[in-house]
Amino acid sequence: MDFNGSDTIPGPRAEDQLPHTAQSAVKIVIVGGFGVGKTTMVGSVSEIKPLTTEETMTQAGIGVDDNYGSASKTATTVAMDFGRIRITDELVLYLFGTPGQERFWFLWNGLFEGALGAVVLVDTRRLEVSFDVMGRLEERGVPFVVAVNSFPDAPRYPLADLRTALDLSEMVPIVECDVRRRASSRDVLMTLMRFLHSLAMTGSLA
Amino acid sequence: MTPPRRQRRTPAQGTPAQPAAPARKEGEGGNPERLYVVAGPDGERADIDLVTLIVARSPDPPPSATPEQAALLRLCVAPLSVAELSAYLSLPFSVVTVLITELLTAELVQARSPIVRKALPDRSLLEAVMHGLQRL
Repeated sequence: MDFNGSDTIPGPRAEDQLPHTAQSAVKIVIVGGFGVGKTTMVGSVSEIKPLTTEETMTQAGIGVDDNYGSASKTATTVAMDFGRIRITDELVLYLFGTPGQERFWFLWNGLFEGALGAVVLVDTRRLEVSFDVMGRLEERGVPFVVAVNSFPDAPRYPLADLRTALDLSEMVPIVECDVRRRASSRDVLMTLMRFLHSLAMTGSLA
Repeated sequence: MTPPRRQRRTPAQGTPAQPAAPARKEGEGGNPERLYVVAGPDGERADIDLVTLIVARSPDPPPSATPEQAALLRLCVAPLSVAELSAYLSLPFSVVTVLITELLTAELVQARSPIVRKALPDRSLLEAVMHGLQRL
């Protein structure tokens, strides 16, 4: 990008600017396989038009630099969509939608650090895509809820069967949703917040 | 028809559930800024999160600012997260953190650290977020 004409770089619209009193932010991460509806969910609850942040990763960038300069060095661009909700004049919530595929996991260190929790979005047509994502969250001790995005042509299983299939403990909430609808996406986030709240009450981070 | 099945995992032994990111203690009102120690070779990055809020200390970039720095300073006249700066500048997150580190060193911007999840999340924080979501 040419920054010499940087007066023209579009920033947030005036109505999208945060007040100067904004002191801190929290984040929630939405994970799931390709095409499961992460971007739709971010867009349906965000108060700003969803934005995209990118990171370019090379082999060297992930801690393997022995092939530096060789022809086999590969670069990957990973894009994350995110949205924002103003909670109070002091507090802002950011929602990040991130791909669940294995080759993107190296990005997760920074992303999940300090996140309040995660929503694992699943599609019953490709349930197994979400297995590893959930395992990674469990290993990292990141609390999550499971949201089943209801696609019209997807097989419908009773939630109890899905809970068994996903080997979720009784504590972990699992809900159905339609992420195209703001109210439905908001309810998923509320389910996560209530779960986090109950964890805080019981003092456990199971 | 039965769905495919997975097996639950447990937190990795010896790995803390939450990396030691020191959070500002609640109720400590005072100065919300994290103290940044910026030292060492060029390109060193301050401890910046995707949701660290950045605010320019002055609306007008100094003449010494590079075009990239000036563009960033103009964007954050009001608080803006590092993720948003990255999006508006069309620059990767890592590049933006380097720019912000330079601007922090030059005391041209202020950084407001995110609230991170702790072993025991702060209930009043969670309640505030719930209240905010209910308004949507």
